[in-house]
Amino acid sequence: MASKRLGNQTLKLSSPPSMISNASIVGPKEGEGPLAQFFDNILKDDYFGEESWEKAESKMLKEAVKNAIKASGRSNTNINFMFAGDLLNQIVSSSFAARELQIPFVGLYGACSTMAESICMGSMLIDGGFGEAVVCATSSHFSSAERQYRFPLEQGVQRPPFAQWTVTGAGATVLAEAGNGPFITCVTIGKVMDFGIKDANNMGAAMAPAAVDTITAHLNETGRSPEYYDLILTGDLGNIGKAITLDMMQKEGFDIKKVYNDCGSMIYDGAKQDTDAGGSGCGCSAVVLNGYIAKEMKKGNLNRVLLVATGALLSPTTSWQGESIPSIAHAVAIEKTVGEGT
Amino acid sequence: MDYLKAFLVGGLICVIGQLLMDHTKLTPARVLVSFVTAGAILQGLGLYQKIVDFGGAGATTPLTGFGYSLAKGAMKEVKEAGMLGAFTGGLKAAAGGVSGAIFFGYIMALLFSPKSKK
Repeated sequence: MASKRLGNQTLKLSSPPSMISNASIVGPKEGEGPLAQFFDNILKDDYFGEESWEKAESKMLKEAVKNAIKASGRSNTNINFMFAGDLLNQIVSSSFAARELQIPFVGLYGACSTMAESICMGSMLIDGGFGEAVVCATSSHFSSAERQYRFPLEQGVQRPPFAQWTVTGAGATVLAEAGNGPFITCVTIGKVMDFGIKDANNMGAAMAPAAVDTITAHLNETGRSPEYYDLILTGDLGNIGKAITLDMMQKEGFDIKKVYNDCGSMIYDGAKQDTDAGGSGCGCSAVVLNGYIAKEMKKGNLNRVLLVATGALLSPTTSWQGESIPSIAHAVAIEKTVGEGT
Repeated sequence: MDYLKAFLVGGLICVIGQLLMDHTKLTPARVLVSFVTAGAILQGLGLYQKIVDFGGAGATTPLTGFGYSLAKGAMKEVKEAGMLGAFTGGLKAAAGGVSGAIFFGYIMALLFSPKSKK
């Protein structure tokens, strides 16, 4: 077996890349939520000076990448690769942003798992010696996602109470070979899971089994207990998916209650903001990681975090044709210092 | 009194729509299409005319009223022009509604740009 593999899904990075800078941009609604103080940029208008929401989303992603690179003290030319993806058809938010950034670009599609997926790919690339610094980014926009997955907003369709709210936001992380941390120590690549949920409004329930499978694989293959982490954070399961995950983890023999949370549950104040089941979208875990987690780790309030970004791999066509929703989750272990402790 | 009747009938039809959206997995588009179809079938059976006679605009304004016009127009045209009327009559009767929807939809699209939900 290759020496960096801990098991079927988990890889240990022998020279862990350092997360040297982060950037987050959010829309007005996220800027009124409980995590507002952690975001670098809060837009007053979610058109962001553009004429369509799709253009606004791409601009958010581009600005997040630019800001993260700026904060890293580097220039575009000494960032070796950009890993990015989003929810729009043909991942146009990412590729249109990459068109202007002119950094060698690898487009990814992992739906809302993209933030973790891009960090997995970027970390392996750096650990493999193929690059010295990479940028990982993703975005989502409430209004472009509604058009993409459900109905155009102009149609004025009512939302069911268990529907999640797509986060308007973009986040970018610069990883580098050398740095003072926090470090990406392990990554666990998910398998596609499908428990037969068909309702595209109920993605939290569809994605929970994927999160459980990846967290379980990660803990088993690394031999770590849930308490090893200060925080195990799923991407965008929302309140319903979060409850299902806790339940299913218990059945797997892991009590993660004390250290577990979900980005989708954290980003809005459900009661005040009328966000029903919580937040979703690529931007959800992206802004929580690059805003909240990055800042709390820097302050020392969090030292070990397992980010498990979850993605629902459906398309509008498969939904219309009555197919169930396959889901995936990728995990990234982020630690302030390298070296196994307890 | 006419206002009250229209309000009651129109309101009831909308309540049915809201119940379908809240308690079934039907998409809004399917609810709309079912309403048009239901209006046409009811009128085909001669029932919707009675609702219109009672509720007036409360029965003709919701989408069931569109189905009612289609069916009524088709039946009238069949009487006057024969079987071909089944294909031409419905659209003739509903032409005002269809053109109006296109025209006003276009004007609104020119005047306003959509905003995100809050």
